[in-house]
Amino acid sequence: MAAAGPQADDAILVVDDIVVRYETPDGPITAVDDVSFKVRPGEFLSVIGPSGCGKSTLFNVIGGLLSHHQGVVSVAGETISGPHKSIGMVFQEESTFPWRTVIDNVAFPLELVGMAKAKRAERARHFIGMVGLDGFENRYPGELSGGMRQRVSLARTLASEPKILLMDEPFAALDEQTRLLLGDKVLQIQQQLKQTTLLITHNITEAVQMSDRILVMTYRPGKMKRIVDIDLPRPRTSEVVTSAAFGRYVAQIWNDLREEASRGMRDEEAHVLHHEGPSS
Amino acid sequence: MTAAAPARRARPGNIAAAAVGLGALAAFLLAIEILIQIGVINRFIVPPPSEIIGSFGRVIVEENVFGRFLLTASECLIAGVMLTVFGVAGGVLMHRFKLLQQACETWVAAMASAPIVLMYPLFLVIFGRNAWTIIMMGFFAALPPVILKTIEGIAGTRKVLVNVGRSFNLNATQQFWKILFPAALPTIFVGLRLGLIFALINIVGVEFLINFGGLGQLINELAERYDLAGTYAAICFVILVSIVFFMALEKAERWLRPVD
Repeated sequence: MAAAGPQADDAILVVDDIVVRYETPDGPITAVDDVSFKVRPGEFLSVIGPSGCGKSTLFNVIGGLLSHHQGVVSVAGETISGPHKSIGMVFQEESTFPWRTVIDNVAFPLELVGMAKAKRAERARHFIGMVGLDGFENRYPGELSGGMRQRVSLARTLASEPKILLMDEPFAALDEQTRLLLGDKVLQIQQQLKQTTLLITHNITEAVQMSDRILVMTYRPGKMKRIVDIDLPRPRTSEVVTSAAFGRYVAQIWNDLREEASRGMRDEEAHVLHHEGPSS
Repeated sequence: MTAAAPARRARPGNIAAAAVGLGALAAFLLAIEILIQIGVINRFIVPPPSEIIGSFGRVIVEENVFGRFLLTASECLIAGVMLTVFGVAGGVLMHRFKLLQQACETWVAAMASAPIVLMYPLFLVIFGRNAWTIIMMGFFAALPPVILKTIEGIAGTRKVLVNVGRSFNLNATQQFWKILFPAALPTIFVGLRLGLIFALINIVGVEFLINFGGLGQLINELAERYDLAGTYAAICFVILVSIVFFMALEKAERWLRPVD
């Protein structure tokens, strides 16, 4: 285990002292408190924490979708103050455009930069092939399964060729087997493109399967609890989940998370009792 | 993986649905015919369907029904184009400027239930006794559902789609044309369908009231002659106008957004 991140001069993404507070009817809530870390080029870093630890808030801050925060996010030395072309986002919810075919969905970012139709179709096919959806180019998202739609979203984001791939629990709505297989696909793509990737997740096996390092967060306010280096051989596939080392990492991280998840559960129960009173 | 959802372009049951629909209509007309023939329904209030069908030739040849059909349809078309342009634009503006929406939405909703057809004397004074009075009455009566449904459609766009647009750095114009508008199209078309129903009812109603021309005037004349079969035949042509516009809208929606 290690708490140290990469050196500042080789980091492509620097998240520095992020604090996010919300006003609620029950008073101000600190969702994210003093979170700082750095990501090296080509690194796969996961942020893991219990529900309510501010993971998605952090995702929105890094993606530039949330502006009312303290602290700084910078990409390759450039401080960002909103959505940035260097950061490609994959969302937790289904986010394909239902009115566009698979190829038109994937070509969307290429269309925005004014790429010629033939050229963008060719590029889009390349990324469709990368996520394993050859033959589905002219289908609409409504004709695809949930896992296939998430792969379309991933291909669309990859087509914009971001320096950093930022994913917020992209497989949360999928079953475990699909999740493992898609994890394989993401790993394969990440290793092929040497894509810097930041994954927000609450799934321990998913995080250990894919990451070089895992940042464990506390329950509200979401603070950094520990950074765990995952020293498993690469290239990795889902078969890594059967190894003893994998099991040890999962157990270590669960040890860290159990206390936080229990605190979150107690907090939610107290919240319900406070607002609704005990049941008769 | 979850099962793939069928897209709307695959329509294996269409022919069967059309056959059932036509069969149900034929059965209904047959039942009415029988009830009239055995005296349960008074034939001087409701003419037998066979008489209505028999009167089609007479109405077509003697009453210039095609000219009237074209007049009513063209009034409806102009009102429909105006509705699409001003109604959708109005909804977009009201969604864009929240103060405008907060100030006007209740009034627009109230206007939807107002009997605007009763204001025809005012419209006659403003536009004169011509087709514009009829078109403008159809247009104003149909405006509220188009505006309200446009607001609802845009406001109902899933937040994640808006965030996808933001993550790709779309400006406001791109965000509207590439995400909000296509996402809102199904709801906007619901508004246009409702609007066209309101427009057609008012157009035929005002034609009837001001005796200006079109199918509404024909219905008025035939009713005053107590030609019940002819009156119902003329009403069938009003329904035909409605069918033509609904089919055109359906085609337009499929063209703009091929799937749900």
